[in-house]
Amino acid sequence: MEILKDILGFLIERKKFWLAPLIIILLLLGALIVLSGTSAIAPFIYSIF
Amino acid sequence: MQGHSKSLKILGISAYYHDSAAAICVNGIIVAAAQEERFTRKKHDAEFPFMAVKFCLEKSGLTLNDLDAVVFYDKPFLKFERLLESYLAFAPKGLISFITAMPVWLSKKLFLKQEIKKALYKIQEFDRKKLNLLFTEHHLAHAAGSFFSSPFSESAILTVDGVGEWCTAAMAYGKNNQITFSHEMNFPHSVGLLYASFTYFLGFKVNSGEYKVMGLAPYGNKHSQAVENFMHTIKSELVQINRDGSIFLNQKYFTYATSLTMVKDKKWKLLFGIQRRAENEPIEQVHCDLALAIQSITEEVMIKMAMTCKSLSESENLCLSGGLALNCVANKALREANIFKNIYVQPASGDAGGAIGAALAAYYIYAGQNRRIDSKPNKFETVYLGPVYKNKDIEQFIGNYNAKVDFIADELALCKLVGKLLADEKIIGWFQGSMEFGPRALGNRSILANVTNTDMQKKLNLKIKNREDFRPFAPAILAEYADQYFERTEFSEHMMFVTNLRQKYCIEIPVDFEKWSMQEKLNYKKSDFPAITHVDLSARIQCVEKVLNPRFWLLIEQYRQITGVPMLVNTSFNVRGEPIVCSPEEAYACFMESGIDVLVMENYVFYKEKQMDHDHPTKWKRHFEKD
Repeated sequence: MEILKDILGFLIERKKFWLAPLIIILLLLGALIVLSGTSAIAPFIYSIF
Repeated sequence: MQGHSKSLKILGISAYYHDSAAAICVNGIIVAAAQEERFTRKKHDAEFPFMAVKFCLEKSGLTLNDLDAVVFYDKPFLKFERLLESYLAFAPKGLISFITAMPVWLSKKLFLKQEIKKALYKIQEFDRKKLNLLFTEHHLAHAAGSFFSSPFSESAILTVDGVGEWCTAAMAYGKNNQITFSHEMNFPHSVGLLYASFTYFLGFKVNSGEYKVMGLAPYGNKHSQAVENFMHTIKSELVQINRDGSIFLNQKYFTYATSLTMVKDKKWKLLFGIQRRAENEPIEQVHCDLALAIQSITEEVMIKMAMTCKSLSESENLCLSGGLALNCVANKALREANIFKNIYVQPASGDAGGAIGAALAAYYIYAGQNRRIDSKPNKFETVYLGPVYKNKDIEQFIGNYNAKVDFIADELALCKLVGKLLADEKIIGWFQGSMEFGPRALGNRSILANVTNTDMQKKLNLKIKNREDFRPFAPAILAEYADQYFERTEFSEHMMFVTNLRQKYCIEIPVDFEKWSMQEKLNYKKSDFPAITHVDLSARIQCVEKVLNPRFWLLIEQYRQITGVPMLVNTSFNVRGEPIVCSPEEAYACFMESGIDVLVMENYVFYKEKQMDHDHPTKWKRHFEKD
């Protein structure tokens, strides 16, 4: 959660809200990459795509 | 914020890009600093500096809980913003590079706060809630590293490198404990990346081969049509140079913003009429001419930037930092332009020095501490900051390796002996005191040799260092005699400036010298001190002051008493591709593998012929990736 708070603070300071959707998508993708490599939900990720 | 004076302990870290390092600042004084490559033995190591941090904590006698702040030299979100915006601007170009870069950003670099805490926790346990983790902008770290370690209370500041977050060059003004930025140049327009592009095109490695381009440039024919044409082509097609020194790079010819290479090879071939040189291909005159063209343009840009800095600040002083500040030939041009009365260059101007800069920025700007200015100790504090090995440590090593040694307890007798060996043209591995911080060996981890021997440059390049034969060597000269031998010697304690050898020591250069081939120029004896005189009669000098390095000073003085010459060849103690040696083990291995005749570690003298396996150097051969 700390990272989201930091990113929000950064976007406010830089006034670059248009980057928010892109960063959120990339973070979700990143989470997927991490989870697919290490977690118990990995077997289900391939079936989603 | 001024007026405070509090006991603060700050750890500065640079990592994850290239040349990771750590430094600890206590009350505004850097008490320890080291580059990670010296411990891991991997040149330009970019990983988190575990061993460097550990060393800094040990040397300063602190724990992580004792620290008031940990400062990283870069703002990762700002860098990520640059990456995203650049990829969007160039899309769909760069998709492959984007896909390659994103995983490491999404799993590591974007979460740097957590990554750093995790890494520090591996070194030792600490109270995570108490840790004050700060991030400074990349160019602020460069500016702070230079200004706060300089002897000036106020100064113009110029930082120039490849790229930080967005910024590639910045102009600032420093006064007491504050730095105010006035101008910035942003990615993709970068003098550092322009120079790196030519480094790549000339067949050298980016981020390490820039020195070679600089060393190659004087072999170019200064007044030739070829160089003039190259400069014209560069200015008309690749780079627009503005009056204030800012530049605009024509991205039609570059690929660094969207790929893992630097330039469009085919377009550059059409521009310059030559193909990109492969690493193993011979260097020809045309390569030297191209190197000279880009070196001259770099100097022109730096001078224009400095002039803008002068008009903005009206200061007599300039503090220079960033990777480009390691271009000591451009520094010479800057000094000779007489824009500033005094120019101070941070000895570790590259990214490693960002660790020092980050710590100092936090101490003075964030914490608002009073500025402390001591010209002499400052010079010392920013260089000899690494691990030290005493006689008892070396003794233990000797036992483990069964090495054969002589022990000379008296320092004067030791220096007399080594001075005599140098006069007899022996090549000495010289290991003493604290390891240097930054890219230069300044008399504590050095290979030393006679400057008057005509074949010494070739011998050192080919038999000792295993590197290209054209590369020059630098002299370490007693500060008291520097003016007698060289033209400009101010601020030369750290080998940051090139200067000309005085005319009386130069041998007349034939009228048609410029038309000679590179090999002919190399083989021609140009001065009374051929080992340290580059083809343009210049040398990158180190003025050795007794107060800064007493034993090294004493050694050169003993050599002077025997030969009448107050200088020695001083090159870093390593072979090609190897980080400078740090420990006695590494020094001994380098000594046994290379053609070094005698190794001197503190008060112990190792003669090659007395060592076991001295006639089997291949037995000691280590493998380093060539730089």
